[in-house]
Amino acid sequence: MSATVNPPVVFSQDELGWVSWIDPLPEAELTERHFNGLVDRSRAKSEYFRLLVRDPEVLEARTKTDKDIFYNVADGLPRAERELAAAATSRYNGCIYCASVHARFASTYSKRRDDVQRLLDEGVKADLGERWNAVVKASVALAATPIAFGPDNIAELRRAGLDDAEIVDVINGASFFNWANRLMLSLGEPSK
Amino acid sequence: MSTQDIIDTLAGIEPGSALDAIRARRLQARENAQKSYLSLFEPIDAGDVSLAERAAVAAFVTGLHGESPVATFYRDKLAANANGAPLLEAIDAEIARGRTSGPYGSYPAGPLSIENTAGLIYRVSAASKPALGAKLAAALEHAHLLVFRPRDAAASDMKALLDAGWSTTGIVTFSQLVAFLSFQVRVVSGLRTLAAVNA
Repeated sequence: MSATVNPPVVFSQDELGWVSWIDPLPEAELTERHFNGLVDRSRAKSEYFRLLVRDPEVLEARTKTDKDIFYNVADGLPRAERELAAAATSRYNGCIYCASVHARFASTYSKRRDDVQRLLDEGVKADLGERWNAVVKASVALAATPIAFGPDNIAELRRAGLDDAEIVDVINGASFFNWANRLMLSLGEPSK
Repeated sequence: MSTQDIIDTLAGIEPGSALDAIRARRLQARENAQKSYLSLFEPIDAGDVSLAERAAVAAFVTGLHGESPVATFYRDKLAANANGAPLLEAIDAEIARGRTSGPYGSYPAGPLSIENTAGLIYRVSAASKPALGAKLAAALEHAHLLVFRPRDAAASDMKALLDAGWSTTGIVTFSQLVAFLSFQVRVVSGLRTLAAVNA
């Protein structure tokens, strides 16, 4: 496998592949229990999901948590800013793969591709305007260990116009990427 | 089966409160964060990762984040496990040795190398190894990497776990455990902060 890997060395909005360092389940060995874990049957084509489906119950719950935090836009924070929280968290933790995916989504939903690119190029201190700065700063404070998120972050998000439900969407989105980043970074690597 | 929502419990969210109503607007996320917890700590099959190993890793990971209701909860869970209680002293000692500030680590060689940040490369102490055993000692070292310097992770870290007796499926469950806790401890911290501001 590793002979074909061409790891990216910068953050980008490019579409990247991902190659597992340990053996995913072969597609031919997947049972109904595994397909339930994958949630979307098409994910059987992905090496990443065929690796995680070794523990199907955890994968199923993880996937449904992820989908609701990001895709349930009936109310709350606009999708673009949930993706911004994901991209900022990934930039700060150093996940080039996750950052590429969620920077692309942030660009698509916000139509602010250049600002998103500045987050990737300059890092989490890039000046993206009051509202995005507040979202990025809150995400970074949550990603730090020990956690640095505090009342100042809430005050800043409120000044930027977010209500409590939207702040909870920031907390959920940023926190979720502390889950996703650690899997993507440690079980395999991105490839151009 | 536990029925109480663990994030609500740890964050101190009361039924009928404003935050309870906000959490209810992401019901699928709330229910599946709970199912994630149950799948990890009350699994159908604990063959690849024992319940005591799960509790020990959880106490270590949440303890590395500092004192909190979450850390206390998982330390108590370890103490309540017959095979886990004898590990408490070693886990406490390793938490104290492992605490630092992250994220840090290195990027692939290139333009990002200027952002490389040095930090503790944690290894289990010789004193704790007899109590923990080789498999759990390897897990703690990898968990510390995941908590503080996930961008340092390499294929050789997978080999270290396999060599220490972890199965491939066990590595997946163990990685999900550490990654899930990284999420849970942050959601709880964020919600507690918001609740305190509004109190």
